[in-house]
Amino acid sequence: MTTRISVNGMGHEVDLPGDVPLLWVLRDALGLTGSKFGCGIGACGACTVHVNGQAVRSCQVALEDVDGPVTTIEGIGSPDDLAILQAAWVEHQVAQCGYCQSGQIMQAASLLAEVPDPTDAQIDEAMQGNLCRCGTYNRIRAAIKLAATRMQGG
Amino acid sequence: MGRVAKYTRRAFLVASVAVAGGVGFGVWQYKRTLPNPLEPDAGAVALNPFLIIDQRGVTIIGPRAEMGQGTQSTLAALVAEELDVAWEDVRVEHGPPAQAYYNSALIAGHKTYKHDDAGVMTGLAKAAAEVLPKMLGMQVTGGSTAMIDGFEKMRRAGATARETLKLAAARQLNVAVSTLRTEDGAVIAPDGTTLSYASLAEAAAKIDPPGDVTLKPASDWKYLGRDMPRADMVAKCTGTAEFGADVRLPGMRFATVRINPRLGGGMVSFDATAARDMAGVEAILDLGDGIAVVASNTWLAMQAADAVEIDWESAPYPETTDEILQVIAAAFEDKPNAVPQDLGDVEAAMATATTIEAEYRVPYLAHATMEPMNATALFEPGERLDIWCGNQAPLVARDKAAKIAGLKKGQVHVHVPFLGGGFGRRAEADAALLAARVAVQMPGVPIKVMWSREEDMRHDFYRPAAVARMRGAVADGTALAFDGRIAAPSVTRQSMQRIAGFAPPGPDKEHLAGAIDQPYAIPNYRIAGHLAEVAVPIGFWRSVASSFNGFFHESFMDELAHAAKRDPLEFRLELAEAAHAPTARVLETVARMSDWKNKPDGVGRGVAMTWSFSTPVAEVVEVRDSADGIRITRGWVACDVGTALDPGNIRAQMQSGMIFGLSAAVSGEITFDGGEVEQFNFPDYDPLRMHTAPQIEVQVLENNMFLGGVGEPGTPPAAAALANALFDLTGTRARELPLSKSFDFLV
Repeated sequence: MTTRISVNGMGHEVDLPGDVPLLWVLRDALGLTGSKFGCGIGACGACTVHVNGQAVRSCQVALEDVDGPVTTIEGIGSPDDLAILQAAWVEHQVAQCGYCQSGQIMQAASLLAEVPDPTDAQIDEAMQGNLCRCGTYNRIRAAIKLAATRMQGG
Repeated sequence: MGRVAKYTRRAFLVASVAVAGGVGFGVWQYKRTLPNPLEPDAGAVALNPFLIIDQRGVTIIGPRAEMGQGTQSTLAALVAEELDVAWEDVRVEHGPPAQAYYNSALIAGHKTYKHDDAGVMTGLAKAAAEVLPKMLGMQVTGGSTAMIDGFEKMRRAGATARETLKLAAARQLNVAVSTLRTEDGAVIAPDGTTLSYASLAEAAAKIDPPGDVTLKPASDWKYLGRDMPRADMVAKCTGTAEFGADVRLPGMRFATVRINPRLGGGMVSFDATAARDMAGVEAILDLGDGIAVVASNTWLAMQAADAVEIDWESAPYPETTDEILQVIAAAFEDKPNAVPQDLGDVEAAMATATTIEAEYRVPYLAHATMEPMNATALFEPGERLDIWCGNQAPLVARDKAAKIAGLKKGQVHVHVPFLGGGFGRRAEADAALLAARVAVQMPGVPIKVMWSREEDMRHDFYRPAAVARMRGAVADGTALAFDGRIAAPSVTRQSMQRIAGFAPPGPDKEHLAGAIDQPYAIPNYRIAGHLAEVAVPIGFWRSVASSFNGFFHESFMDELAHAAKRDPLEFRLELAEAAHAPTARVLETVARMSDWKNKPDGVGRGVAMTWSFSTPVAEVVEVRDSADGIRITRGWVACDVGTALDPGNIRAQMQSGMIFGLSAAVSGEITFDGGEVEQFNFPDYDPLRMHTAPQIEVQVLENNMFLGGVGEPGTPPAAAALANALFDLTGTRARELPLSKSFDFLV
């Protein structure tokens, strides 16, 4: 049962049952470990990736239901070539343990694609599904606002 | 996988001294160097356990687990400051588990506001004298001790290396060493000749390092005292940081475990008939107290584990929360285990003044690190066992794993990647040892054992439930007497039993941390501890006993202030001013930051202050009512860490500690029924989120006489500050956590 998916612009053939969640395809089969396992029930957001440009919880999307290109944290930038959002995260020194931050960044990227200049209420609404046990929320909010300004040429 | 194991032929490791064993640990008499754990290939010579210079630049070993607290970055800054190397050229690694990386501050203990070392943990060290040889080997990340332990040691490692490199350059250039200076990773001669550290490393490795070096005065610091970019930040923002869960090895298999949810009970039998034929399943292993499923994919292993039918033995403790709390409260009927503080005459004072009494309760709590417990292991029979596990005490894991595998300690290699949160949970060796037990049954196959969130939440070493009975007296607008009794199971005893096989008898002062030695000049002031025997697994939880004692003490201080008809902040400030000026300054500062005297209409505000881990922290919390429930809108923190080595990181830690405490205070609760934990996943145990967390401002003061801890002290005042704010808002005094039992919060 081979399934073809596209991740970060590369095609892959995956030999796993169709009900395996995308998260575990990415992590175990493709070795893309930037997307994290936190709860397995879509309650923490650590596994957030984009499918067709939309933020989804990859632990809740079965391989057979992936209906478009997938983008993970590894696909939006790299240490030598940070995305604007990642650079804002670094500038505000957001991460502590860092485990949730891939998911936070992917969720924030999806927010800024839809709402280029989000209010505090819109940030609350978009980000409340992403847990952070280190409590970095204040700096996440600041980094989103900085990235929003930068993306608009500020 | 750390790169430490791969130090190449090109790596020249600079010798530096008696640093490893001799410095920074006052009672250490022997200026001997502990064995250097960095294993070089042939050709590399002497070793400094903290510093490697090779052709790629400088690698600093920060031998404390990085679990978010920024410890490795600040440890590296201590070395880099003295070494004179550009921050962007520094790499930081955890290093292998080794005795050379023992934590002297954990043994020596924290300081009280009276500037002595007689505070908490000294009691532990004294009581544990018989196991001191074992403790000396403890490379432990915990107790907010890394900077206290490393402040002298790490700077000396950097300075010694710098001076050794200068000696090498002096020989090469045939000039006096005193004419040389260092800058950005190079030695510079008076004529401008510049020799890079990398070019000098091989020669330096053959020179006996100077035994006595001069450390830079703080006025010359370039890195210390400033907000430094964390060494791990870019990796953590790009998904490239390797956590334990991310370890990958050639031919690796993926496993998960199911262990008896009646904690500590065994397994009667299991039926794996249905699971065995499921997709991807390669093996189902009997672990005695549970099972492991090994598969081609983690999720397939978890699905199959759900399909294994298991008959569990019962739990070795009462089956319900109510019964457990009855056992804890019954400890009040025995004479106290410890009365480490008994100032004045409490009983006489109680007979003469206005008195109040109150009982407080807090529940068991889980750690719920974002990264569920996991470890990866590879066993080669009779030869070696490798374990990759984010762990706060890797030597404990190594020694216990050696027994499991029938190997010598030196044949077990524990690798410590980043920890996706620790908070004390990863001080336990259980995840590493479970992986070892699985690996031993499948020799030659690397196996990653990943726990489900449910397995993680239901197999924790919990912060214990606790009960406090308080009495107090006020007269003339101040506190005349404070009499606190606190009952809980002993974290110290249970964890020492696990680590060393020996529970220290006698008084357990650690159980009273956050309640004793508080810098308030109350003339009649008694604190007594009662210990309960309950076999529910308990362990270190960010700030340990201070997490409940901060709530008990500072809630009751608020009740005394109101009984005395005083403003709660001014009431505290007067008592602190008479005891310890730096503590008074943190209260004053948090009052100024929050504009305490000019509270806006419609809000509730509460204050609390706790001395813990040598650091006084005052916090103010603001709450507002809304149509959707009570919202925690703002927080203010003032702390005094003596010397702020990285103010930006300290501010982050204080915010973090406060949110950790508030999360538990609002809704954190682990309960038992049928001997099993009733919470499974985040909806049952949900921390604060983006929309429920307050905006927090922090000020870091430096009036204190000595370095204080940073990772934990932000937590203890948080719950009391919130409960006091809710009293201010509603007039309802909540004496039991979580506060969601008494109030409707925005969710």
